[in-house]
Amino acid sequence: MAADELLDGIRKMAVRPIRLMEVCGTHTVSIFRAGLRQLLPQNVELVSGPGCPVCVTADSFMDDAIEYAHKDDVIVATFGDMLKIPGTKSSLGEAKAEGADVRIVYSSMDCLDIARENPDKKVVFLAVGFETTAPTAAATVLAAKAAGIINLYMLSAHKLVPPVMRALLDGGKARVDGFILPGHVCVVTGTNEYQFLTDEYHIPGVVAGFEPLQLMRAIYRLVRQISLGEARVENEYGDVVEPDGNPRARQILSEVYEPCEAEWRGIGKIPASGLRMREAYKDYDISYVMPVHTSLPPKKTACRCGEVLQGLVKPEECPLFGKACVPEHAVGPCMVSVEGVCAAWYKYGRNRFTFE
Amino acid sequence: MTFDKITLAHGAGGSMSHELMDKIIDPVIGNPALEVFHDGARLSPGGDIAFTTDSYVVNPRFFPGGNIGKLSVCGTVNDLAMTGAEPIGLSLALIIEEGFPVAELQEILHTIKNAADEAGVSIVTGDTKVVGNGSADGLFINTAGVGRIIDGTDIAPSNIRPGMDIIISGTIGDHAATVMASRHGIDIPDSLKSDCAPLNGLASKMLKAVPEIACMRDPTRGGVAATLNELAQQSGVGMLLDEESLPVREETRGVSDILGFDVLELANEGKLLAFCPHERTEELLSVMHGHKYGREACVIGKTIDKAAGEVGLRTALGSIRVVGMPMGAIVPRIC
Repeated sequence: MAADELLDGIRKMAVRPIRLMEVCGTHTVSIFRAGLRQLLPQNVELVSGPGCPVCVTADSFMDDAIEYAHKDDVIVATFGDMLKIPGTKSSLGEAKAEGADVRIVYSSMDCLDIARENPDKKVVFLAVGFETTAPTAAATVLAAKAAGIINLYMLSAHKLVPPVMRALLDGGKARVDGFILPGHVCVVTGTNEYQFLTDEYHIPGVVAGFEPLQLMRAIYRLVRQISLGEARVENEYGDVVEPDGNPRARQILSEVYEPCEAEWRGIGKIPASGLRMREAYKDYDISYVMPVHTSLPPKKTACRCGEVLQGLVKPEECPLFGKACVPEHAVGPCMVSVEGVCAAWYKYGRNRFTFE
Repeated sequence: MTFDKITLAHGAGGSMSHELMDKIIDPVIGNPALEVFHDGARLSPGGDIAFTTDSYVVNPRFFPGGNIGKLSVCGTVNDLAMTGAEPIGLSLALIIEEGFPVAELQEILHTIKNAADEAGVSIVTGDTKVVGNGSADGLFINTAGVGRIIDGTDIAPSNIRPGMDIIISGTIGDHAATVMASRHGIDIPDSLKSDCAPLNGLASKMLKAVPEIACMRDPTRGGVAATLNELAQQSGVGMLLDEESLPVREETRGVSDILGFDVLELANEGKLLAFCPHERTEELLSVMHGHKYGREACVIGKTIDKAAGEVGLRTALGSIRVVGMPMGAIVPRIC
């Protein structure tokens, strides 16, 4: 179906207000870039969920990372996005400016070379990201082990998507009628992991790709299911997503990591929603080899990132949005990351002008 | 050649410095203006002159379609061209890290020479410094350029009015996509390379044929999004692009999809944007299509009398969204 047919169908089927949540930062950005919101009827609302890995990373993790960065014998390697994320008192970027050895990498695999070139330093990779990124971090650990590299460590804050969706639904405040399921994550996990939506919550989910039409088709299928009272997990990204996902990636992941309780910014601790390194790989876990104890008192701020991440409020409902908190001087992480909900709203979502 | 690595002594101003100049630099880029061996160049521009400078720090230094040397010539030549000027002389300042391989330096110098030849300009003055190991990332280059303003042209953001066509000289984002792909180890087909090129030939042909061109600018860092936002703000005029008209190579689209970039934010090094009164667009496009750097030129949008100072995009689906100013460095998504 072409775009206008899909839209027409959505308009006809959406006879009551429908709230759909996308659980992927890349979807958030794609939806804005395609201008999808403006096309949908008023009673179909798209809300963004906790799908930006940088945004959901807790202050305490950043505090630990900064603590490691300030140690003379440590090189912290990280994705560039993490530099500006505020911790309780400062950021990694500030630590770097103060002389801490913080290197920006584009893949965790880049850390292997840094470790080889700096045998007298401990190279600590900030392992963040969902099921998509975690297998690469696991593969990096396996590669380090195979190559006999003993000075490469992970500071892990990997997160899992299904448990946070459960937490949102159990919390009862999100009022989500259907989920646009994360395409990249499902490439690894497969669609079967989302069957609980149907079985336990009677809420539909559709895996979507990132092209405007793929997203539109996913929205169409969600609205159709909702209008018919159905709740299935459907796959609108069938070219690359299998029911079982990518078994090899999952095997590498579970070789190195196991689920653990994890802290999500603004949401709190969620059981089995993160990944920690298994006993056999403890020697690559910096929090085991060289623990730090940074329990700083939580900072007081009017930032509502936590509620934004759960789809409870729109960025514009935060008193700081667009005023004290802008991309150049971000208060909350949702404004820092390129895929942060607030950053996307700020950049694409401001309907201050009419062009026609 | 008696040495293969640059040392601090090459920057000390003594005989070793002369050796670097005489054996490595001068044989490649020497010309009558440089042979004066004076502290500065003497130029006779006549008429109004344009003057610009830019520094080049690129990683990796070599990429498909060019290297830091080609960038350093094209970037400055293009800045002059966008001012409506023909280049008449460039300066070349090299800041070299101790230990830099002489063979690589020579290759870069040859590229500089070739790019300057293509642009029809000479390096008329220069400088070389060597800094200690770790004080620079291999090689930094600064170039400055002086140019003669082409008679009858008046290029300024303030000339932009509603009702003009926005023209791009070719495909968008090829340079940044190439460099990012090299940096992230993404295999790309040979067909994707940096668009790095001197645009003075194209620009002067355009200006001579259609002097009514209101403004031109090359969308380098921050891409088309940043350049149009700057011009929208400077002119106080609104702009509306048409997504389906944007010329984007399939390979560039692929790289930006993988890394999560917006092609509108990707840097170009051999493209220009021109604002042309609608009634002259057809003639301008035909002139551009006759030049090798303008063959794929097309209209990508128009200036409007609404949304003053803002840039919008009509998407392929028919809705309109804001094209924001890019925020900071573009980094790949994490997921």
